[in-house]
Amino acid sequence: MTVTEPTAAPEFVDNDQKPVGHGRMLRKEDPRFVRGLGKYVDDIQLPGMLHLAILRSPLAHARIVSIDTTAAEAHPKVKAVVTGAALAEQNLAWMPTLSNDVQAVLATDKVRFQGQEVAFVVAEDRYSARDALELIDVDYDPIEPVIDVRRALAEDAPVIRDDLENKTDNHCFDWETGDAAATDAVFETADVVVSEDIVYPRVHPAPMETCGCVADYERVDGKLTLWCTSQAPHAHRTVYALVAGLPEHKIRIIAPDIGGGFGNKVPIYPGYVCSIVASLVTGKPVKWIEDRTENLVSTGFARDYVMRGEIAATKDGKILAIRTNVLADHGAFNGTAAPVKYPAGFFGVFTGSYDLDAAYCKMTAVYTNKAPGGVAYACSFRITEAVYLVERIVDCLAYELDLDPAELRLRNLLKPNQFPYESKTGWVYDSGDYEPTMRKTMEMVGYDELRREQAAKRERGELMGIGVSFFTEAVGAGRARTWTSSVSAWPTAASCASIRPARPWSACRSRPRGRGTRRRSPRSSPRRSGSRRPTSTSSTATPTTPRSGSARTGVARRRCRVRPLPWSPGRCGTRQRSSPPACSRSRWPTSSGSRAPSR
Amino acid sequence: MQVTLTVNGEEVTAEIEARLLLVHFLRDHLRLTGTHWGCDTSNCGTCVVWLDGEPVKSCTVLTAMASGHEVRTVEDLESDGELDPVQQGFVQCHGLQCGFCTPGMMMTARALLDRNPSPTEDDIREAISGQICRCTGYSTIVRSVQWAAAHESDRDSAVAAGSTP
Amino acid sequence: MQVPAPFEYERATSVGHAIALMERLGSEARLVAGGHSLLPMMKLRLANLEYLIDINDLGSELGYLIVEPDQIRIGALTRHRDLLESDELAATFPIFRDAERVIADPVVRNRGTLGGSLCQADPSEDLSAVCTTLNASCVIRGSDGERVVTMEEFYRGPYETAVEDGQILTEVRIPVRSGGSSAYEKVERRAGDWAICSAGAAVWMDDGQITDARVGLAAVGPNTTGIPAISEALRGKPPSEELYAQAGSLAAEHCSPTTDMRGSADYKRHLANELTQRALRRSVARLNDEGA
Repeated sequence: MTVTEPTAAPEFVDNDQKPVGHGRMLRKEDPRFVRGLGKYVDDIQLPGMLHLAILRSPLAHARIVSIDTTAAEAHPKVKAVVTGAALAEQNLAWMPTLSNDVQAVLATDKVRFQGQEVAFVVAEDRYSARDALELIDVDYDPIEPVIDVRRALAEDAPVIRDDLENKTDNHCFDWETGDAAATDAVFETADVVVSEDIVYPRVHPAPMETCGCVADYERVDGKLTLWCTSQAPHAHRTVYALVAGLPEHKIRIIAPDIGGGFGNKVPIYPGYVCSIVASLVTGKPVKWIEDRTENLVSTGFARDYVMRGEIAATKDGKILAIRTNVLADHGAFNGTAAPVKYPAGFFGVFTGSYDLDAAYCKMTAVYTNKAPGGVAYACSFRITEAVYLVERIVDCLAYELDLDPAELRLRNLLKPNQFPYESKTGWVYDSGDYEPTMRKTMEMVGYDELRREQAAKRERGELMGIGVSFFTEAVGAGRARTWTSSVSAWPTAASCASIRPARPWSACRSRPRGRGTRRRSPRSSPRRSGSRRPTSTSSTATPTTPRSGSARTGVARRRCRVRPLPWSPGRCGTRQRSSPPACSRSRWPTSSGSRAPSR
Repeated sequence: MQVTLTVNGEEVTAEIEARLLLVHFLRDHLRLTGTHWGCDTSNCGTCVVWLDGEPVKSCTVLTAMASGHEVRTVEDLESDGELDPVQQGFVQCHGLQCGFCTPGMMMTARALLDRNPSPTEDDIREAISGQICRCTGYSTIVRSVQWAAAHESDRDSAVAAGSTP
Repeated sequence: MQVPAPFEYERATSVGHAIALMERLGSEARLVAGGHSLLPMMKLRLANLEYLIDINDLGSELGYLIVEPDQIRIGALTRHRDLLESDELAATFPIFRDAERVIADPVVRNRGTLGGSLCQADPSEDLSAVCTTLNASCVIRGSDGERVVTMEEFYRGPYETAVEDGQILTEVRIPVRSGGSSAYEKVERRAGDWAICSAGAAVWMDDGQITDARVGLAAVGPNTTGIPAISEALRGKPPSEELYAQAGSLAAEHCSPTTDMRGSADYKRHLANELTQRALRRSVARLNDEGA
């Protein structure tokens, strides 16, 4: 080992001497975690608990010719082996996604992405379950896989979603925002137009803890308890109620300590449903924890947008308009958890932090033979994609005009007197003082000095890049009218409780996923609020405090105006923008529970 | 097959399958769930424990290989109800968020400080380079270990002086 | 996490016992030392075997580093960490410390061994390139005695060595000559990863002239690649940038990389060229610093 000279120890200030916001408050959950007393899903052990393992497809696109489970069933430690065919008999082979699509719990006719669930075994221990997977024999007939969005829409591309009635292509949805005609007009007469093709590849959030659950169905009472790595336990409960035919009040979802989410733990994975089925079938608690390969191959990813961005400007560097065409890869099943009614989330913020005369986006989403999802890293919100697009093409414009990228931005940032500002795609920016922010940042980093350093290096033939980006984050997702879900119509914004004139207790919860939310809640919760049935969308990244915090405040304010919410077991106000998928028709609520979409 | 090993100072004997990985023995058989697992390829380090005083990835050690040897897990860091300075450091300096990588990080940090009481920042980063954290970005982990290094001598002198820290 | 298929476990109490066990249990038995190559493969079910023979208790017989006047002998069970930390080894062969710094990570290095690394015979294995560079020889023992083979003889193909069933690698011997130094350069996708390409170099000089030079590459052929043409080109010449460039070209010419997820063949050839030059340059610089 190299011997290094010990440097002077860094100065430490006691936490209670630090100002608020500088790590002053210690977290309530840390004393457990540093003692190794966290309670993550795989830490849970129940008497008689069995273990579930999932057989996954090695092929991205193939017809299932046959499955032989005889050898697996004969394994002495195996309690059950279940295939898609068996689930289909119980109408359990398909489940709704959070984006008004359906997803196979276990493949029946075809596999549609590499890693897709094909069968599961339940055994006495996890090692035997893993062994038994190798005893299942599946005969596949490969079909050409479609793994590029540009290929997906070709006339001769194989149709992936032939489970959907009358489906003859891989088109998922179209979406547009802004004013096409007005934008085209600006582009026609602009001094300068720059365009750039941008591929934002798929990434995976890979939290340190993989996804899993322990399902415990009590036959006599008909109650299901599910410990689950879930960022959205309420949404999950609603879906399990639909899928398993259990009333919601008989389902308890416990999201214990979660080893990181990043959006990867929002979707409802087939593994959870399989575990519930397994517990139903065996009468025992069943644990399923995916391994890392399964997590990377089959769970919710982020991004995967192919974008063409165009920017129009005057020759003096005044940005006039932005136009973009996007191909969105939604994988084999559309599983994005978009809590907003726009299927592309907040992509409309691609207008960035600039004052534009016009903007337009045309998006086409397609199915491909890749894992479903698109939730992670606020992916459903699509802000990262949008901001990457705008900041990249602003840079491209800077290069075209031979202007410093920071200078170009300073010329175009929204001014304080323009707020509240409604963008050309209908988003309201409530407040901001952008120029001083930009200048302060430049000063802090020593921008001019960096540019001088870069110039000197380039003289010597060395490369040095300086990245500049200005980001107006969307936090709290705006007003209630933008929020909805295709699965159930939650009454108001984000995580607000349904209100009943009952015992007042604050029921808005966001699950702590490692960001200290448990510590924050007591400070922001008003003392008086009333609710019976806690409801929330999900605990995701930045918006937790604005969402559940504002929901608590909202609940408290509304206390004086409470009235019972029409409720009956199993009822969910399901909003259908198109006809429901054929396979699950019998499971969708009747029209009496539906609410007309509002604008 | 039968194995006998010392875990956190206590001798344990068990009948196991030869292929049982040490991480599963600790978690599932001994219910010491502070040690975690997070990958298939010995990369992530959430499973780090001590084997004969050295950090190892317990997902890549057979329980059978540990038979006759000493294993120490995160549960043993606390002593007589007092947190180890490494544990205190992680709390004080917010060296954790979700907590999943934390036991492994602390076991490696404890071993580092035992060998090198005054590590540089580079020493600390090198020591934890085989472990992954997806939450903190590592800088608070480094700071937590520095805190522990700085405060260990506080504890040692207090103990020497006969007072409780 | 994935888990291995069932197998039987035996623990060797001596080298002789290990050999006897292998002979008794046959070709379905494998030795395990650090296990950080074998166990991950077993967990992914890429390696399935019936018997595992644990040799971790053989440290007294196989874990050593002995410096002799004309050679250094390293026991096969010597851990990566010990190779990294040995000042004696670093003084004579700095290439070892260079390489160990970029092999895996500190926790894995607590368990992995020299013997395990060489015997796994992964084409990208770093210590294989180091041993090739230093013209090491390998001592293989079986029930019928010992034999010593060169690195060229040791490797028979990817994941294939001269250690046959019932035999065990016990020691690696590295000849020591005065006036020499060495270095290792590696490019990898992320810290601790297998190399996209790496190059080891060793140079011996006398009176300003190179008396001998050796280069060993990893990850650009079925096994580690030694380049005799470089030795020929450099002998008798004073070191210079032109000479390094010539050696780099020879390295690129004499390796056989394939395009895979780590990089294209072209890129790997470029790395072979560039890294050979850097490793040679650094070896010479070390020699000059030491005033040799």
